[in-house]
Amino acid sequence: MQPSVSIQNLKLDFGSVSVLRDLNLDIGQGEFLVLLGSSGCGKSTLLNCIAGLLEPTEGSIHINGNNVTWSEPSDRGIGMVFQSYALYPQMTVEGNLSFGLKNARMPKDEIKTRVARAAEVLQIEPLLKRKPAALSGGQRQRVAIGRALVRDVDVFLFDEPLSNLDAKLRADLRVEIKRLHQTLENTMIYVTHDQVEAMTLADRIAIMKGGVVMQLDTPDVIYNKPANKYVADFIGSPSMNFFDTVLTTADGPQVSIAGKDVSLAGYDFTRPGVSGDVWFGIRPEHILTGEMAGAAPTQFEVRAELAEPMGAETLVWSSLDGTALRFRVDGQMKITPGDALLIGFDPARASIFDKVEELRI
Amino acid sequence: MSQSGKPTALFKNLSAKIAAIPMVLTALMVFVGCSVWTIIYSFTNSRLLPSAEWVGLDQYERLWGTRRWLISIENLAIYGILMLILALVIGFLLAALIDQKIRFEDGFRTIFLYPYALSFIVTGLVWQWLLNPEFGIQNAVRNLGFETFSFDPLYNPDTVLYGVLIAGLWHTSGLVMCLMLAGLRGIDEDVWKATKIDGIPAWKTYIVVVIPMMRPVFITTLVLVTSGIIKLYDLVIAQTGGGPGLASEVPAKFVFDMMFVSQNLAQGFAASTMMLVAVIFVIIPWAYLEFGGKKHG
Amino acid sequence: MADVTTNMRRPSPAHASGPKPRRAFSRKNIMIYSILFVLAVYYLLPFYVMLMTSLKGLAEIRTGNIFAPPMEITFEPWAKAWATVCTGLNCDGLSRGFWNSVKITVPSVFFSIAVASVNGYALSMWRFKGANVFFTILIIGAFIPYQVMIYPIVVLLREIGLYGNLGGLVLVHTVFGMPILTLLFRNYFSSVPEELFKAARVDGARFWTIYFKIMLPMAVPIFVVAVILQTTAIWNDFLFGVIYTRPENYPMTVQLNNIVNSVTGVKEYNVNMAATLLSGVVPLTIYFLSGKLFVRGIAAGAVKG
Repeated sequence: MQPSVSIQNLKLDFGSVSVLRDLNLDIGQGEFLVLLGSSGCGKSTLLNCIAGLLEPTEGSIHINGNNVTWSEPSDRGIGMVFQSYALYPQMTVEGNLSFGLKNARMPKDEIKTRVARAAEVLQIEPLLKRKPAALSGGQRQRVAIGRALVRDVDVFLFDEPLSNLDAKLRADLRVEIKRLHQTLENTMIYVTHDQVEAMTLADRIAIMKGGVVMQLDTPDVIYNKPANKYVADFIGSPSMNFFDTVLTTADGPQVSIAGKDVSLAGYDFTRPGVSGDVWFGIRPEHILTGEMAGAAPTQFEVRAELAEPMGAETLVWSSLDGTALRFRVDGQMKITPGDALLIGFDPARASIFDKVEELRI
Repeated sequence: MSQSGKPTALFKNLSAKIAAIPMVLTALMVFVGCSVWTIIYSFTNSRLLPSAEWVGLDQYERLWGTRRWLISIENLAIYGILMLILALVIGFLLAALIDQKIRFEDGFRTIFLYPYALSFIVTGLVWQWLLNPEFGIQNAVRNLGFETFSFDPLYNPDTVLYGVLIAGLWHTSGLVMCLMLAGLRGIDEDVWKATKIDGIPAWKTYIVVVIPMMRPVFITTLVLVTSGIIKLYDLVIAQTGGGPGLASEVPAKFVFDMMFVSQNLAQGFAASTMMLVAVIFVIIPWAYLEFGGKKHG
Repeated sequence: MADVTTNMRRPSPAHASGPKPRRAFSRKNIMIYSILFVLAVYYLLPFYVMLMTSLKGLAEIRTGNIFAPPMEITFEPWAKAWATVCTGLNCDGLSRGFWNSVKITVPSVFFSIAVASVNGYALSMWRFKGANVFFTILIIGAFIPYQVMIYPIVVLLREIGLYGNLGGLVLVHTVFGMPILTLLFRNYFSSVPEELFKAARVDGARFWTIYFKIMLPMAVPIFVVAVILQTTAIWNDFLFGVIYTRPENYPMTVQLNNIVNSVTGVKEYNVNMAATLLSGVVPLTIYFLSGKLFVRGIAAGAVKG
């Protein structure tokens, strides 16, 4: 099956600054792809290129097999939802929804039917005669989604649509967008800097940095098997602990941490047989404490330096052989700085990267 | 539509380019074209009609040997310096007074600014009437018993400029007040709280803290008032007609009369070119202060 | 400086930043009000004198005091100024100049704003290569003394057959109004969220649709400011009126000056003042009705791009 959106060798320079560098990306029919990255990574720029709001310097964009690189935004079969909602302030909700259809010179009764249907799907029927100023943030964003919905497009583009909403509303709308995707089965491309949104919504996540896709995979793989140190560090909160160590293969693969040899017999190698200087990464949530630590294959004795109680759990700052170490303990445990703690982990859950290119081993 | 190729650079954004044609024509034909035309023809001996006969710097030599031009320049210099200083001082004082959390602020502001809505012709004619020695202020004061009171600036070559200045200030100081008031309102309230805690008196706060903070407002006002001064024409026409004698002649009037009355076009061109040079001397330091200074700050 | 306009919109007394709030009748307070009151009298005096003089008979002016109210109110000077006072050979009063000014101002305001608003919109949202070069020339051009350009414009207008016509004068006003108005609109449209523009493009709207359907309805307040600014400026213009029109088309300012400063005949001061007031009626009405919007208009001149 041909991809819904296909991006080939896309480059974009603003003067001497490269914002997108030779980017290739295929997005399947009905896929929910999230572009994730910190600000300035090029994710919004890429989305604007797909929408036709920015012209690439080189490369091409195909939607459903058509080369749309130089087409007008409205001729591409896309709808777009913006962070600031971007509703036309002087038009009613109905006017906002029908503006695109009127520009396409659609017959009046067809417009009416479509607006009514979109309003029903989004449950905004009572708001149709109101102006955007009279709506709440959540309602506005629903109207903004509706504007894309009425045009019956193949691809929905979301540019940080939930960033202007408060935390509670954000969680509600996130679920709604997910439900919408399940109902409509359209292709959706969603830009965000929020990893929770990315993890919960995406079929696949593309993590971007400096105009390059660092990893493109399912949330599960991105979390458990990050392709490089950047992704490993970026995903997860608090972020992964890294030990600077050496991987040896003479007696079976093993690393040395705080003077202890840690066997990697259970580790699923991406590149078996590689050895040398490495980063050994372990997520805070994969470090076990208490009785569980006693059962773990690798165990250490550490001292708590700082505790951040967060209710359900407490985040403990500590160090091991000069390397800062963070891990979580049950919220019921009372931790005071200076307490000695037994920790342990399963090396199979670790991520190991070489120190030259910082790619997964 | 889906398979269209890359548009050529010329047709990209075509509607915007078409919409910008009036601007492009104005910029190139009028602002650049006409200015260059005038400068070029100032080197010819055009009289009633533009002529292409080249005479080099003759027109400029003649211009700087003309008494009327020298008087015009001197008048504009005196008027300009006084106008600038007084307009800024009065405007700032008005703004500072209005900024004292007073009642009827809008009312006072409306009164101080209304002359600015009137034309220079109206301004000139009103003040001509008020300064009329036979029936105006002089007469009114004499009627009160001060028989020797004398106030007829417009009829005395030595004082006529100050008569024009009074009218000019009446017209323009409201504008300066408005700009200054905006500047004062732009200053953080915390500055006032801080100086109050430090026990600095209000007048000192204005001089030491507030005025330096309002530097950009002062510069912008300076530029606006100055470009108004150089264009000074209507007010003189209405109030004094340049008299008595040549006592209130100004460069803009000199240019107009050379071009449209005396049929001495090239003199007008040379004189207006000198005006342009003067403006450039005002703009360049301003542009330097405004745009050059920012890189360092 | 860019926030001059926003500051102007603040509700004033609550935000006045003066040194400290004071009691209503402190000594300092009384001083401030007295100074302001005296200054207000000074600013109002010319208007008062104009009005009083225009309501007096000539005999009373000759014998009386210009500050005294009329003993006997007469509207004859107003009638004469409007309908019968002579300029040159025409004796149909200032009404001729008034209607000429209307005929000049209305199309000039319309065209200058139409051109400049589209211009400002194109400059802020559809930036194309070289646009900023022309815009810079335009802004610098605003500082060139008119005297440098007036004669070549006469030549240009003669070439296209508009010299001496109202059309020519309208064109001149459109050209010279362009820098400040373009700046005004460019700054306004630059403050409109870019996403709104993007949304409209995704919705299939092009250059003119976005201008007429989205931007124009949003920009109504700034259009009002522009109309105030331009109507006042064009109504008060003297120089362009005297150069680019013929006597039968002279605007009110030019005719007024010719009436008052004519050297022939008896000086009718009351008629002169009535005529002067008549010329000020339109800008003053606009000024008093528009209030803060007028201030925003002048502040626009102070905001740099």
